[in-house]
Amino acid sequence: MKELSLHILDLAQNSIVAGAKLIEIEVAESKKNDSLTILIRDDGKGMAADFAKTVTSPFSTTRTTRKVGLGIPLFEERAEMTGGRLSIRSEPGKGTELFAEFGLSHVDRVPMGDLAGTAFLLMNSNPQLDFRLLVRVDEDEFMFDTRQIREALGAEIPLNSPEVAAWMMESLKEGIESLHGGM
Amino acid sequence: MKSLKDLEAIRQRTLQDVGIRNDRKGTRIVIGMATCGIAAGARPVMMKFVEEVANRKLQDVAVSQTGCIGMCEFEPLVEIYAPGQEKVTYVKMTPEKAARVMSDHIVNGQVVGEYTIGSVKK
Ligand SMILES: Nc1ncnc2c1ncn2[C@@H]1O[C@H](COP(=O)(O)OP(=O)(O)OP(=O)(O)O)[C@@H](O)[C@H]1O
Ligand SMILES: [Mg+2]
Repeated sequence: MKELSLHILDLAQNSIVAGAKLIEIEVAESKKNDSLTILIRDDGKGMAADFAKTVTSPFSTTRTTRKVGLGIPLFEERAEMTGGRLSIRSEPGKGTELFAEFGLSHVDRVPMGDLAGTAFLLMNSNPQLDFRLLVRVDEDEFMFDTRQIREALGAEIPLNSPEVAAWMMESLKEGIESLHGGM
Repeated sequence: MKSLKDLEAIRQRTLQDVGIRNDRKGTRIVIGMATCGIAAGARPVMMKFVEEVANRKLQDVAVSQTGCIGMCEFEPLVEIYAPGQEKVTYVKMTPEKAARVMSDHIVNGQVVGEYTIGSVKK
């Protein structure tokens, strides 16, 4: 995968499979610390401690259609290639938190890619779930929370109805681009 | 800049359409979004479907995602569930193929045979 945002899409799919109702994604870029961090937190079913410890190996998977799970191992490799790391905290019944750190200016760091499009597709194709996206570039911050949108729209209008969808895509694009130089 | 205040007007306009939507049975477009699908290019395919649905203002078509459908070599995979029709599975999708499926199949009800799983498996 050639974009970090594609990894985010993939890891959020794990959260959806785990039955999450709320998925929080935080991306923060700091030129001062030369770091890029990605946090994905969900309130899904979590993992048992001993399973969570082995989950960076491709042979740890609960999927049934294939014997290896690649999402987390690939993401870890991406982080480590840039001098960074991946850590996982998970609690059965509570949820899971993935935190990855990348060397921002490292030559092997793949670009973020289309973060706005990724967030939008997650929200649009899972209108029954809530997402909170926080993007930080140095001191600038952009936050987008589907719970606020749901509240403004009322319960009768699904988040994937066409006009709402168009508004969400535009807001995400604008918000992320407005951050100092974009992502 | 967009603001949450825009949503009030959208709400009013959409409420008028929702009445129509509720008594029609909708079509579902489901895209395989496990690691294999994403790596094979599922994201731009999904984006194309969502854009087409929005541009054509199709209130009764929903685009959603699923995990691995189990045929990684044929990703990106797309399944179409239309009322009164058997499920149709399209393989090795691209945004261009998605546009064609949208106009021929979703809008006009004609399955695009050459993109289906049946045409590659035999
Ligand atoms: N957010 C999560 N909540 C609960 N369990 C998780 C979560 N993320 C991963 N897991 C568990 O870890 C396993 C490995 O995840 P990983 O993404 O590496 O592979 P996969 O999802 O099984 O397959 P692939 O990503 O290749 O489609 C999953 O099968 C699942 O059991
Ligand atoms: Mg996965």
